Amino acid sequence: MTNNNQHDWLSEHGDYLYRFALARLRDPHQAEDAVQETLLAAIQSQTYAGKSAPRTWLTGILKHKIIDLMRKQIREQATEDLGEDLPDEPGMDDFFAEDNRHWSDKPQSWAAPDNELEQKQFLIILQECMDRLPAKLASLFLMREVHEHDNEQICKELDISSTNAWVMLYRARMGLRKCLELHWLGK
Amino acid sequence: MLSCKQTSQLLSQSLDRKLSLRERIGVRLHLLICDVCARFVMQLEMMRHYLRHMRDEAEQDESVQISAEAKARIAESLESKLYNHAYNDEQHKH
Repeated sequence: MTNNNQHDWLSEHGDYLYRFALARLRDPHQAEDAVQETLLAAIQSQTYAGKSAPRTWLTGILKHKIIDLMRKQIREQATEDLGEDLPDEPGMDDFFAEDNRHWSDKPQSWAAPDNELEQKQFLIILQECMDRLPAKLASLFLMREVHEHDNEQICKELDISSTNAWVMLYRARMGLRKCLELHWLGK
Repeated sequence: MLSCKQTSQLLSQSLDRKLSLRERIGVRLHLLICDVCARFVMQLEMMRHYLRHMRDEAEQDESVQISAEAKARIAESLESKLYNHAYNDEQHKH
C-alpha cells in the first residue's frame, strides 16, 4: 500500500529522491537542497491527487527543481555570454591539423571494459575527465547526456541558439574524448 | 567529400538532431573510407553509454543515503511549513 501521509514522505522517499538528485547534480549539498525544495513544494502545492504513486509524483517535482538548479549554475558560470561569439576554450581548437581537415591526434580504438574492475576504472576516469571540462560546457553536456533533455529544451532553458548548443556539445565531446584517450588508453 | 573535421561535427550533431539526407549520405561516404572517423563514432557511443550507465548506477546505489543532519534540517523545515498551513487554515475559520 502506498502511504499518502505528507509527514512520511521524507522518511519513505527522502533517500530515493536524494540518490536521483545526486546522480544528476553530482554535488551532495545541491542534491540535499533539491530534495528539501521538492518536499516543501509538494506540501505547499497540495495538488497530489493520489492518481500516481507519491514517489512518481515527487520525482516529477524533483526533475523541475534539478533543472532550475542546473540553469542557475550555468547562468552563474556564464561570465561571458553564452551567445553568439563563443570564446575559444583553451586547448579546444587543436583537434585538427593546420589544414583544418584532418585529425591532429587521431582517435584510437578503445577497448570496451570487459570486466567489473575495468568498468569501475573506466567510470573513475570518465568522472575525472568530466570534472576537467570547463564548468559551463560540462553542465550543458550533462543536461544533454545525463538529463537527456533534447536540444529544443536546452536552447529554451539557456536561451541560446541551436547552433550554439551544437557547437558547445561538440566541444564537450571532443574535450572528453581527448582526455579519455590519454587516460584510458594509457592504463 | 567531407573533411574529417566536418564529419566529426556532423557525427556529434547526429546525437542531438536528425541529420538531413544529404548530410547522412556525406557522413556515410566519408566513413566508408576513413577508419579514424569510424573509431570516433565508437568513442561517441561509448561516452554516451557510460555516462548514462554512471547515472543509473548512482541512482540505484542504496548505500547512498541523505545525511542525518540534512534529514533533520529538512524535517524541521517541513514541520514548520505544515504547522503554518494548519495555523493558517485555523485562522481562516475564524
